[in-house]
Amino acid sequence: MTRTLLTGNGAAAWGMRLARADYLPAFPITPQTEIIETVASWINRNEIECRMTTLESEHSMLTAAGAAAATGVRVFSATSSQGLLYGMEMLYTVAGWRAPLVLVNVSRGLAAPITLEPDHNDILAARDCGALQIHCATCQEVLDSILLAYRLAEDWRVRLPVIVNLDGFYLSFTREPVQIPEAAAVNRFLPPFDSGNLCFRASAPTSQAVAVLGGGPYSYFRYQAYLAAMNALGVFEEIGQEFRKQFGRSYDLLDTYHCDDADILFVMLGSFATKAREAVDHLRASGQAVGLVRPRLLRPFPKMALQRVLAGKQGVAVIDQNLSPGGGFLYTELATALYDQSTAKPLLVNFIGGLGGRDISREEFFEIAAETRRAVTAGTAPLPRLLFTAAELREVRKLQAIAGSRREPPRREP
Amino acid sequence: MPKHHRSNALFRIRFHGRGGQGVKTASRILGQAFFLAGYEVQDAPRYGAERRGATIFAYVRASHDSIYERGIIRRPDLVVVADETLVEIPAAGVLQGVTKTTVVLIHSKLTAEDWIKRYTPLEKVVILHPVKTRRQELHLDSAACAGAAACLAGVITRDHLQRAIEEEFVGQKGSLVQANLTQALDAYNQMALDSGLVIAGSGDQGTTPASPDWIDLPFEAADISAPTIHAALTSTQVTTGLWRTLRPVVDENICRRCGLCSSYCPEGVISLDDQGIPVIDYVHCKGCLVCVVECPAHAIHAHPEPVPEGEQT
Ligand code: SF4
Ligand code: SF4
Repeated sequence: MTRTLLTGNGAAAWGMRLARADYLPAFPITPQTEIIETVASWINRNEIECRMTTLESEHSMLTAAGAAAATGVRVFSATSSQGLLYGMEMLYTVAGWRAPLVLVNVSRGLAAPITLEPDHNDILAARDCGALQIHCATCQEVLDSILLAYRLAEDWRVRLPVIVNLDGFYLSFTREPVQIPEAAAVNRFLPPFDSGNLCFRASAPTSQAVAVLGGGPYSYFRYQAYLAAMNALGVFEEIGQEFRKQFGRSYDLLDTYHCDDADILFVMLGSFATKAREAVDHLRASGQAVGLVRPRLLRPFPKMALQRVLAGKQGVAVIDQNLSPGGGFLYTELATALYDQSTAKPLLVNFIGGLGGRDISREEFFEIAAETRRAVTAGTAPLPRLLFTAAELREVRKLQAIAGSRREPPRREP
Repeated sequence: MPKHHRSNALFRIRFHGRGGQGVKTASRILGQAFFLAGYEVQDAPRYGAERRGATIFAYVRASHDSIYERGIIRRPDLVVVADETLVEIPAAGVLQGVTKTTVVLIHSKLTAEDWIKRYTPLEKVVILHPVKTRRQELHLDSAACAGAAACLAGVITRDHLQRAIEEEFVGQKGSLVQANLTQALDAYNQMALDSGLVIAGSGDQGTTPASPDWIDLPFEAADISAPTIHAALTSTQVTTGLWRTLRPVVDENICRRCGLCSSYCPEGVISLDDQGIPVIDYVHCKGCLVCVVECPAHAIHAHPEPVPEGEQT
């Protein structure tokens, strides 16, 4: 086992390599491209055996990925942001085919305006497509999650595409020490793809472009895919334990930190949660009982596990790196998850932060904890709060001055 | 040299430079050197659209514990400035979070006293004398900066540094590796008297956590709040000519006046005079050299930019 410095993108490429993916359909987009470049250089030097095809769009890329997976080979691909949206139609389709493949998404905020930096509105747009989602917080997790994702995708109780999400820049271009597991150990954990009846031979034609009318059959097929997704909760816990036995690193549905005795919890997704963890250390040092929960699996949503860890807490600060009407996605989803319990519920306070890669400072985590406490005392939660400072507005004003936005607004008739 | 490092303290180091100077490489050499010295490490570059001459920064964190901080370093212990002209550009953010405890290493012809006099927060300034490289060898700056920073950190040996460079340049030409090694080790030696000057975690000491000045962002009508650029010619205000390291020059004797260069120039900075001879606006020509490649008569040549005043070596 070697421990070496890898970027999140490098770790993703290593995950694909150790998983021995047979086929890689590709289309470039920042900040994902380095994954494909890395794998392409390995193929070029005959270090790995894999067929790579460059396609003319993400839509075709995902079509090729799904079609290949439906013939029973192991498929890997990667995209980001606008690319994920462009391929969205095929994500629903491929999930409907029940074609197991692993797609890496490197999160990046969506246009307009254009940004290269991360938030989760891209990956969350895919939340209902039928593919499962694993969210990573470190480069090590990126590599490991790809191995877990193949086990999950190919399990007969699931057989669905899995998206592994990592944040642009904060993981994609950031190097950290990563343990690269031995190939033999990975082979034991992730044996060759047993594709069952997924195959393509001249003697055994199959068709995926099935049309069903009348609603009944349609309901049956889509609901089966849904049930398969729900199975993934149990399967993930199972393979997480196997992973720990094989490699010594734990992967539970939730990453929890100082939760047991906490009265206030932060809930977050992705790599920004490590910043929250750092803030928790400081808050703990000043005597505050604050903890952190980070869902690893977002699809399916680990509702029961979250109910358990949130039970008996006073306040929960849900920090959403995405924007959705009525509050961030995680906030509304968590509120739904808690609502069907008759026991006392913690007060949920919603913060929107990290849009377009905006940093969240340690002081802001302190203030989030303080605001959550104030809400608990008042017994009522304020409206979702955007993390945005007076200094940031001044910066915007400068941009607007350059862009000439401060002209006389056109007269409106009453 | 006394070393004051708390064993679990976190080094926070920020590099500033321009695209092409190898700031990312510098951060990686230093990150790798820390890693080889037994540290947990995080290194990353930050840039917008990638291009030569644009300002970029990179950071390195190193600690004996796991590192959970991410992204921008707000309170650096060491700031490494590869291009001294960036200090006066506020948008480059070189002085952000710099206090009198921050060590600032500047690649400069000026003296430390000059810099301290010019910019108030500067106190612990260390000068890295520009090495005699040709303009085309700009990227070697990175090795020098990494080498100097490694020495200032006080916990990286010459051997770690050497192995880090070999690791980062795996698969590269031997002469290139050697050139980088020489630069890095020279710079390391130059810093010998200041070895260990950088104290891990010092930038983070004594800062009272101020509450963030959050505001409730008010509604503004789309006339104002849509990201539309109304002003014409805003790009003329950006002197993209400063990005240039090579200057395209038209040889009028060879030029056939076909005007192709003018159509191909992505910046639209080549106009044709009444004779049809291309005239390049050097305030805005960014030096991409598309025109040099496209000219069918090979009438445009790339010349190294003259070194700015006072920078002559
Ligand atoms: S492309 Fe070359 S030959 Fe044509 S106008 Fe430009 S410089 Fe002259
Ligand atoms: S180098 Fe040539 S093509 Fe590029 S911006 Fe300058 S004039 Fe235009």
